[in-house]
Amino acid sequence: MKTKQAYPYWNPYIVGVGLGILIILSFVVTGRGLGAIGAFNGLLASAIHAIAPDYAMSKAAFSNYLSGVEHPLRDWVVIEIVGVCIGGLISGVVSGRFKFEVLKGPRISNVTRLIVAFSGGVLMAFAAKFTRGCTSGLALSGGSVMSPGAWLFMISVFIGGYSVAFLMRKLWN
Amino acid sequence: MEIPEIYLLLFALLTGIAFGIFLEKAGFGNARKLVEQFYFTDMRMFKVLFSAIVTAMAGIYWLSYLGWLDITQIYINGTYIWPQVIGGVIFGVGFVMTGLCPGTACVSVFTGKLDALAVFAGMFAGLILFAELEPMLEGILSYSSIGDISLYELFNVEYGILTFVIILIALAAFWFVGKVEERIGKKAA
Repeated sequence: MKTKQAYPYWNPYIVGVGLGILIILSFVVTGRGLGAIGAFNGLLASAIHAIAPDYAMSKAAFSNYLSGVEHPLRDWVVIEIVGVCIGGLISGVVSGRFKFEVLKGPRISNVTRLIVAFSGGVLMAFAAKFTRGCTSGLALSGGSVMSPGAWLFMISVFIGGYSVAFLMRKLWN
Repeated sequence: MEIPEIYLLLFALLTGIAFGIFLEKAGFGNARKLVEQFYFTDMRMFKVLFSAIVTAMAGIYWLSYLGWLDITQIYINGTYIWPQVIGGVIFGVGFVMTGLCPGTACVSVFTGKLDALAVFAGMFAGLILFAELEPMLEGILSYSSIGDISLYELFNVEYGILTFVIILIALAAFWFVGKVEERIGKKAA
């Protein structure tokens, strides 16, 4: 540890071009793009299956991940997300940005932040099931292959975000 | 050409690691940084998202033009107009509340951000909620489906021309968000 000063973020356009090349590689090798929410669903399905197998198999949202596969965690998107966690950890440590903390605006308490973060997580996951993909699987990957739904999704995310951002400014500013 | 599963999973891991590094280096492990998009002070979310999309779009176009990638064999996300519009709006609200999305939440958790753990918990709760409600939502979920066609098929335009037009629109948008940041940044300073 030579310095406490974090390294600066990369130029967003350089990151974007890098990510774009990664998406191209993914399509060439596997025929599909990146993903995220599917990994959460796969992980949850196998955890619930371990505790209450009958319940897991009775819900389509979980049984889809469980039936007809050798192991639900031996799945492309699950392994990819494990990679995302490893990559994030490596980059965070190397860049001096790994730190246990609660990130929030200065005008709210930690408890408020955690409650709002939890509630937002509920909304996002629920919505991502509705749209059949999140920012990675639908916006980034679907946007790249010109899925009309991906573009509708992106426009809607910005509309939803910008229409509540002012009301929620106290959370962040 | 069939690639053995173990190599695909290794590729998945390496792809994920690169994805995670890119997200962290972009600043997206930090909810406060990411949410600045919605307050016009740092629009890097928009810049990364659309520069990645147009890069990939151009690359996929050229690879298919040169015959190295069969565009009919790759996965195109199906379009369900109303579920994706309504879901998108709800997702956007969740985005401002969390300051993260599912992928960036992973980076945030693994760089020690405890608020992202609450996002994780919320996402698992949301998925269970969905699993419970799914039988009631069936009609809505598949409503207004137009299948897995692409924009150029939908508008019946030449693939290359649409790719080019989208790149031009993106370049104009990058110029525009730069101007917006400049003005809001000056006000904030």
